[in-house]
Amino acid sequence: MKISMKVNGVDYENDIEPRTLLVQYLRETLDLTGTNIGCDTSQCGACTIHVNGEAVKSCTMLAVQADGATITTIEGLANDGELHPVQKAFCENHGLQCGYCTPGMIMASVDMLKNNPNPTEEEIRHGLEGNFCRCTGYHNIVKSVKAAAVSMKGGA
Amino acid sequence: MYAAEFDYVRASSIEEAISLKAENDDSSLLAGGHSLIPAMKLRLSTPQKLIDISGLDQLKKISKNGSHISIGSLCTHKQCAESEIIQSNCPALSDAASVIGDPHVRTKGTIGGALAHSDPQADYPGATLALNATFVAKGPSGERTIEVDDYFIGLWETALGEGELLTEIRIAINSMNANSCYVKFPQPASRYPYVGCGVSLSSNNGTCSDIRVGFSGVGEWAFRDSGVESTLKGQPLNDSTIASAADKAAEGKTVLNDHFVSEEYRRAMSKVYAKRAMMQLS
Repeated sequence: MKISMKVNGVDYENDIEPRTLLVQYLRETLDLTGTNIGCDTSQCGACTIHVNGEAVKSCTMLAVQADGATITTIEGLANDGELHPVQKAFCENHGLQCGYCTPGMIMASVDMLKNNPNPTEEEIRHGLEGNFCRCTGYHNIVKSVKAAAVSMKGGA
Repeated sequence: MYAAEFDYVRASSIEEAISLKAENDDSSLLAGGHSLIPAMKLRLSTPQKLIDISGLDQLKKISKNGSHISIGSLCTHKQCAESEIIQSNCPALSDAASVIGDPHVRTKGTIGGALAHSDPQADYPGATLALNATFVAKGPSGERTIEVDDYFIGLWETALGEGELLTEIRIAINSMNANSCYVKFPQPASRYPYVGCGVSLSSNNGTCSDIRVGFSGVGEWAFRDSGVESTLKGQPLNDSTIASAADKAAEGKTVLNDHFVSEEYRRAMSKVYAKRAMMQLS
């Protein structure tokens, strides 16, 4: 089946099997392997991306459902080589250990900060309920999101 | 590939979805996909044809319609959680919607999809039982309504006919539904309820004049708990009468026993959460 979508600003058109998951299409067809597959059961959030500006789990969506959509993955966050403030904050605050959950954590955090630019610690923890860090490094993840909120308010 | 092969088609109207469903014995309707796609990935569900109804915008509205609230079946959990109409007229439903899965799941999953799938561990069933909801279904022979008390009939089984599409959920506008809530004890990873309890309650001069209690996650499918209801109805609302009513929770019901939570613990927690819900409303 023919589908087309805009991913990180680039238009793509491909012929795929309808059963292809969106995350498979991104990783295997478009070679955008920054989006990870974690639990495969819609729980861990490693595969979180933005579809038409909203964070979703790309392991629980068919690529055909995203036909015509505008998609942003972790590869599309940086602007001309300049890291997104949330990416910077994760680097500066040691917001990752093994790094596997990081792309999903960052995509979820960007979406959360868009809707709530000044979240409390509790709101950050609730907002990231759909993203698991199996290193259990939540402390610095929350710290990173807080730092990102501050730097983004500063006009970054 | 995870799922078995299938043909995919987008329906451009409710009528087209119904006729596509009628033409294809082994087909499934796809809304938000957050119950169906996981089942298809595990090949627990292997439809030959997938009929995508997610483009039917007429099913995405929440409105006041005379004596009831009308919720289109394609409204997402996020929409239901944030709707001012739902929050003020039937808070049990927005309570339930706001604790389903996580923010990303709530962005995609729909109320109609969840109720048609009818997972025994879903949140809406307990809330809709408490709110005495009415479901509107359309099929090849037209439209009909199904009362919530007749809707949940088995494990993953509802009163919806094979060729029917759930189009709307109706909740009556009244003081009892406005005084409702849903509380839940979630599994920490999946967020499915071990116990989910919906209650709506009306009172007159401190006496409980009517009450409806619905449980999700406790039994093989959602049920109304007449034992709790009849114990509190007609009684003055206080800590002691509420505790006595809560003590009847799930009495005489078959209760799930799994490797996370034993039957005994689920029964105990059903009493705790029934009590919390009733305390919140009294």
